[in-house]
Amino acid sequence: MPINYYIFLAITLFCIGIVGVLTRRNAIIIFMCIELMLNAVNILLVAFSKMHYLAAATANPATNVGSEAQLFVFFIMVVAAAEVTVGLAIIVMMYRNIHSVDINFLNRLKH
Amino acid sequence: MNITEILFWFLTALAILSALMVVFSRNPVHSVLWLILVFFAISGHYIMLNAQFLAIVNLIVYAGAIMVLFLFVIMLMNMNSDSEPQKNKWLKMAGTVAGGSLLLILVAALKNSEVQYQKVEGAQGTIGLIHNLGKTLFTDYVVPFEISSVLFLSAMVGAVVIGKKD
Amino acid sequence: MSKLIYLVPLFPLLGFLINGLGRKYLSKSLVSIIGSGTILASFIVSLMIFFEVKAPGFAPQVVTLFDFIDVAKLKISFAFQVDQLSALFLLIITGVGFLIHLYSSAYMHEETPPHFARYFAYLNLFVFSMLLLVLGANFVIMFMGWEGVGLCSYLLIGYWFKNDDYNKAAKKAFVMNRIGDLGFLLGIFWMISQFGSTDFSVVFAGADGTPVKILTGITLLLFVGAMGKSAQIPLYTWLPDAMAGPTPVSALIHAATMVTAGIYMIARSNIMYTLSPVTQAVVAITGLATALFAASIALKQNDIKKVLAYSTVSQLGYMFLGLGVGAYTGAVFHVMTHAFFKALLFLGAGSVIHAMHHEQDIRNMGGLKKHLPITHITFLLGCLAIAGIPPLSGFFSKDEILTAAFLKSPVFWVLGVLGALMTAFYMFRLYAMTFLGKFRGTHDQEHHLHESPAAMTIPLVVLALLSVFGGFIGVPEVLMKNGHQLENYLAPVFAQSTAKMHEEHHLSHVMEYMMMFGVAAIILVIIIIAWNKFSRYQKTTAEATGLGRVLENKWYVDEIYDTVISRPLLGFSSFLSKFDKIFIDGIVNGVGRLVQYSSRQLRWIQSGQVGSYILIMVTATILLFIIQFFWKS
Repeated sequence: MPINYYIFLAITLFCIGIVGVLTRRNAIIIFMCIELMLNAVNILLVAFSKMHYLAAATANPATNVGSEAQLFVFFIMVVAAAEVTVGLAIIVMMYRNIHSVDINFLNRLKH
Repeated sequence: MNITEILFWFLTALAILSALMVVFSRNPVHSVLWLILVFFAISGHYIMLNAQFLAIVNLIVYAGAIMVLFLFVIMLMNMNSDSEPQKNKWLKMAGTVAGGSLLLILVAALKNSEVQYQKVEGAQGTIGLIHNLGKTLFTDYVVPFEISSVLFLSAMVGAVVIGKKD
Repeated sequence: MSKLIYLVPLFPLLGFLINGLGRKYLSKSLVSIIGSGTILASFIVSLMIFFEVKAPGFAPQVVTLFDFIDVAKLKISFAFQVDQLSALFLLIITGVGFLIHLYSSAYMHEETPPHFARYFAYLNLFVFSMLLLVLGANFVIMFMGWEGVGLCSYLLIGYWFKNDDYNKAAKKAFVMNRIGDLGFLLGIFWMISQFGSTDFSVVFAGADGTPVKILTGITLLLFVGAMGKSAQIPLYTWLPDAMAGPTPVSALIHAATMVTAGIYMIARSNIMYTLSPVTQAVVAITGLATALFAASIALKQNDIKKVLAYSTVSQLGYMFLGLGVGAYTGAVFHVMTHAFFKALLFLGAGSVIHAMHHEQDIRNMGGLKKHLPITHITFLLGCLAIAGIPPLSGFFSKDEILTAAFLKSPVFWVLGVLGALMTAFYMFRLYAMTFLGKFRGTHDQEHHLHESPAAMTIPLVVLALLSVFGGFIGVPEVLMKNGHQLENYLAPVFAQSTAKMHEEHHLSHVMEYMMMFGVAAIILVIIIIAWNKFSRYQKTTAEATGLGRVLENKWYVDEIYDTVISRPLLGFSSFLSKFDKIFIDGIVNGVGRLVQYSSRQLRWIQSGQVGSYILIMVTATILLFIIQFFWKS
């Protein structure tokens, strides 16, 4: 597979995420779209990791070039998990206060 | 077209369609379910790239833990398509157009990138295996690994503090 | 002794400080003692310096006190010039100045102590500035004094500041002086760029060999300054108005000293003027025109001080004529004699005004002869001196200038004599209307007529003696071998110019006698005519007609200035003011309003809705990508 395919796949998923963020008003859906965007990036990272591994493996089959990228993905997942925990806690909190998850009611930034 | 390519296109189509459904389905519960499907497709891609460890983690952490958490929250709030708030038509249109043009512009920008013909062969290499990653994680990346545990701890504390009724 | 030169200006400065700062605490007698005493001290020092300078074998000295300005290559030191010219002027300033101070102490006795002290403080400051002007060894120090006398004249003209007209006169004097000062300042700048210095020694040494065009430019600019300070056409109108000040001030500032600053400056830089014939011609013609013009105005004035003021302007014109035709000694000589008799006349006029209780219109006077005997005699001597009757001082100095003018061009001489005749006429018109005939004032005024106190008459007598005998230091060669002591005395100052000037034409002795005594005889006839005509003067209500009316209104010069300069200037100013209010302020306020307006519009972007922020972010990202990838080509 050419790397291009993976790039375009990631871009597409990422943009779908953006469209979701822009068009939806439900905070949870928006949050999910953000997760989607994170995953798009993850795919890209893994694909590039393999690409670099292949480029290096022709010279040295025992190389482990590219494992950093995969560890990066691992850490992104770690952070995402933590983020989701806190984020969902905030959303629950908000729901408890204003009985809605509509972000249009979250325009307190203006004040 | 060999089996790898067929699988690649199938998973790609599945991921994109499911992602679209995430955005456009009106019921939040359906969105969550579609998102889980997206994660499965992405995990399939990981397996194709021989990143077995990440594929499993992705399934466990994302599809398993995180999405279940989402699901719980949604059910907790008793959301359905009727209670779903809707943006006005023009804003939706604007959002879609903006996202679409970002897609266009990115594709146009990266279409002729210098790495475009580099290959990504899934079956080769062992870097994605848990043996290799585990060794790297506990030698070179042991400090970030430990710090991530602190992160989890603080996230947990934060979630409890925020969620506590005062 | 010349090392102690700094004492001369120091004394008046001290007097100014003491009187000015202590004006609320000092009694009037103390103030007048301090005010006059400091000038007397200066006079004594000046006298000693004069005798040192006069002694044979004296070389001009520059006494440097400290460095005043030291920038890059330009170095201006606070230095005093001690030579024949400055010593002579020191004597005139401090001598006449002292007499006027003495006179003032009696003349101003009606003032309250603080104002009395203020008056003396100004007067001392004025003398200080004038001394600085005369003593400065470079043009910058001279300019400091130059500005100082301008300031003091403003302060003293507006001394009675409760009268608005007087304030206007003060402002007029100040503004007119400023116009001249600007020229002077530009001249100094040009001088600095040309010579790299303003020291007299450097500039005068470098003048020979400098292109004539540049020299002409510099000297013309300096002459503009002299025009303002010495009240020449077209900047003379301030001087008659300056009579608003107390009469001794008029005597000190507007007759004896300040107005001679321009003469002094040109006499000091004589070599530069000698080297630029164009400027010399300009100076001569301006001087002559002013002499005639002012004399003609003086013919019809009825205010005793105005007549004297125009007479001053006219005499200054003579001095400039002398400078313009290269008779530097004659000009300085005339400065000196003029200081004597014009101070005398002004102080005499002050005595008359004092006796008449501030009545200045000579139509309301007459017959004061028997009431004010001392004033009358001294005034008469002053009139004879200014008219140029031999052997009084005015005769010698005026004759010298006229002779020099004749050598330059007979036309100058004819016009100069015409001016001299007018001088004789208006002076004796003034004299006759004031002192002869019957008293025309109110009965009340007549009852109070009295001779002035000794403090006022003593200066009159001293000045009268000087006016009578002052001329003998400059007796022409024809009359007495080696009689012109002043010329011998001043010779070193003008040596450079004398060397440059073309070979002198000499008049035959017969011719010179004829000119001298012919003119004197005609003047005598004029005097007799004026005497006869105006001693029988009766008050009339008839309006003057024709030329007389024009002269009475001073050729309408003030009105012309008003229409030609002031009004358009005011109109232009108000236009600019409107322009400023509408256009400039419009731009400024418009910018402010635009910012306010656009901010108010931009505020809608800050909706607080995260969605819209993200939308904008995405749009911006798209734009950045477009610029990055597709704009470059």
